[in-house]
Amino acid sequence: MSTGAYVAIVAVVIALAFGLWRGRVDGSFRAAQDESTETAVSVLAGTPWQADLGERATLLQFSSAFCAPCRTTRVVLADVASVRDGVVHVEVDAEKHLELVRRLNIMRTPTTIVLDPHGRELGRAAGAPTRQQVLDSLPS
Amino acid sequence: MSEPYRGIDHGIVQGIDPRGPQFTASLTAIVLLAVLVLPSPIAPVLLGVQTVLFVWGALAGVQHTPIAWVFRTVVRPRLGAPDHLEDPAPPRFAQTVGLGFAVVGLIGFITGLDALAYVAVGAALVAALLNAVFGFCLGCEVYLLFRRFTAVPATN
Repeated sequence: MSTGAYVAIVAVVIALAFGLWRGRVDGSFRAAQDESTETAVSVLAGTPWQADLGERATLLQFSSAFCAPCRTTRVVLADVASVRDGVVHVEVDAEKHLELVRRLNIMRTPTTIVLDPHGRELGRAAGAPTRQQVLDSLPS
Repeated sequence: MSEPYRGIDHGIVQGIDPRGPQFTASLTAIVLLAVLVLPSPIAPVLLGVQTVLFVWGALAGVQHTPIAWVFRTVVRPRLGAPDHLEDPAPPRFAQTVGLGFAVVGLIGFITGLDALAYVAVGAALVAALLNAVFGFCLGCEVYLLFRRFTAVPATN
């Protein structure tokens, strides 16, 4: 078998494996590591949105250009914010706020971070979440 | 009580049928597979053809390429209406990325560095397959990382 054929097989395997893995990981919320810190520093402190926290939760979405799933995520998060009291949807253009992106280790878009009423991170999901995944991520 | 939404101002975008770019990616994947397995006079010529298609898609948008025309005239009439439309910018970005790989591949073939050509075409094939099979958004992955590395740190 030629070298090219080997490369083709490797490429197909990589694509299938990565695609299937991402299909499982996308949209699922991963809880933030519990740091035993007493300081309740808001993720949004020092940003233009520091006063916009929801009374129950804030759905902080990072979007960028060339990102079709960001639009889907926006629709889902806006819907959840409109049907749940005290939940606010904040959308950040990642490209315009790279310092925040670096501070929060945002690698891809869309990334949705759920914040508690004090602005602390409860969990985050990369890739577009479903409506149910978002509802399940909200603190009670 | 605060408003439920704070964020980006979105302009109106003329959406396209998302199955069009996926159809294009499927054909691209087949062409790139052929480039990898076919012997030398054919492979670089085929890659050259694919490169021209990438240029066309990157400049005009993937919905204005000959493949998209085939989709609209032959495939689309046999399908139902799309359940949603999508922004044409992300597929166009993917065409640009594909173009980059294809150019590196051509350079590899022309200079006799076959390994370089295979790796570049292999990478483009992975991207095309992810797009065709999973509807994967390459721009979502690459663009932000690119901006993180290339943006000059501001004093904000």
